[in-house]
Amino acid sequence: MTSAARAAPPADSVEHALTGRLAGWRLPSRVATLCLLELQKLRHDRTELITRAIQPALWLTVFGTTFSRLRVIPTGNVPYLDYLAPGILAQSALFIAIFYGIQIIWERDAGVLAKLLVTPTPRAALVTGKAFAAGVRATVQAVIVLILAVLLGVNITPNPLRLLGAVAALLLGAAFFSCLSLTIAGLVLNRDRLMGIGQALTMPLFFASNALYPIALMPDWLKWVALFNPLSYEVDALRGLLVGTPANLGLDFAVLVVAAGIGITTASALLGRLAR
Amino acid sequence: MTDYPDGVPAVSLHGLSYHFNEHQAVADLDLEVRPGEVFGLLGPNGAGKTTTIRVLTTLLPLQEGAARVFGFDVRRRKMAVRRLIGYVPQQLSADAALTGRENVMLFARLFDVPRKERRPQVDEALEIMGLTQAADRLAATYSGGMIRRLELAQALINRPRLLVLDEPTIGLDPIARGTVWERVEELRADTGMTVLVTTHYMDEADQMCDRIGLMHLGRLRAVGAPEDLKAALGPGASLEDVFRHHAGDTFEEGGGFRDVRSTRRTARRLG
Repeated sequence: MTSAARAAPPADSVEHALTGRLAGWRLPSRVATLCLLELQKLRHDRTELITRAIQPALWLTVFGTTFSRLRVIPTGNVPYLDYLAPGILAQSALFIAIFYGIQIIWERDAGVLAKLLVTPTPRAALVTGKAFAAGVRATVQAVIVLILAVLLGVNITPNPLRLLGAVAALLLGAAFFSCLSLTIAGLVLNRDRLMGIGQALTMPLFFASNALYPIALMPDWLKWVALFNPLSYEVDALRGLLVGTPANLGLDFAVLVVAAGIGITTASALLGRLAR
Repeated sequence: MTDYPDGVPAVSLHGLSYHFNEHQAVADLDLEVRPGEVFGLLGPNGAGKTTTIRVLTTLLPLQEGAARVFGFDVRRRKMAVRRLIGYVPQQLSADAALTGRENVMLFARLFDVPRKERRPQVDEALEIMGLTQAADRLAATYSGGMIRRLELAQALINRPRLLVLDEPTIGLDPIARGTVWERVEELRADTGMTVLVTTHYMDEADQMCDRIGLMHLGRLRAVGAPEDLKAALGPGASLEDVFRHHAGDTFEEGGGFRDVRSTRRTARRLG
């Protein structure tokens, strides 16, 4: 019979594999594997990309074009639609990420998660992989929204470095919000409850951010909420990078990196509950 | 196994106990599985078989007692234990949104199979399980028996020393059940790998296992070769008689809601 089934590693080589080069490679390797997995799934079923594009399309075409005419929101020297587009980009990424925990509950119920956890993959690596896989999905979605925005006449930068920066902001934002979702999944362990909580969270996160209007317009209490809302920093970075509004990129990325780190740590700690 | 010093059991459990809140799922379990044998944990739903397996595979934390896989402590050497194990959970757990090949490739990556060897090893594992023809179809189109074989291919990619199968034939029709066991038996014969399997089908345990352990209400009631256990009870005794003798109870469902739910779900996915 064949060698695939035959030669199992002796105990010594198991030891070696754990202490050798492999240990350091495990995190990036697992993240890459899980991101690739997400792309494979997207390739097999593209309908979700289309259905999820409907809502941002409506925000841009209906809400955006109407409010452009009203001229009630002070957006400096950029047209309102240009101001709005990065906010909608962040919103569509948020929607994808905040319901990402549903997938892990499905994987738990289907036994997929158990199988993943019995591979030599540290829990933090699994969560990090899932977090960035959500980012990959969000980025693919963002490309569609971005094309739509350009078609509507939004002036998006062609600078590849700025576009790469925007992808980084999207990945970090999706990492945080998907980990928030995984954390809730670890707490409620139930798909329906997670759906409910996700739905209760998305709109407040969206409205208590600078996605639709500048924070300066908000009442004081809401300003405070927006200040602690990572979405505000994601939008600020996207807006600065894509349409060139003044942005505090250093602070934005610092907040996003710290938020993603906290999210991954918390979700990893709760993953054990899902394994039970 | 030649790679291992003599006397290191494939699995050794000593005084293993596990409780979910008030419920004692496993109580003071002592068990050794010899390298190269097919060992069946037999018992009704809720007997503690799956909990035992989940502690052994590092899915549940070790609460009390000791558990080792080929000498590696499941608490301290999680990663080493996972590299030695191929695990197929109770549910039909292949990802329906991926092709058969992608499903196996995923585990090749997760088990750090070197890049150059991945493709041939994945092809090989699919071939052993008779899935070459269907390899590039979505797993969503597979029958229940094919999904089980796909999962065996996934578990095999790791070249495990210990194959852990939790109710591998639950919800399958008799022909698919036969095929799954055939493949497991072939694998064992060709590779000498140890197989630890849970089942509540008496006939399967009787025919397929070198030795069995009878579990009931979290405790191990008897261990031995099926024929020895039956012979000890007298001529003409069935495994069910053996169980009744040792457990002092009928072999009926004792599982909680979660067991029932997951069994139903498996049945539905197979539907």
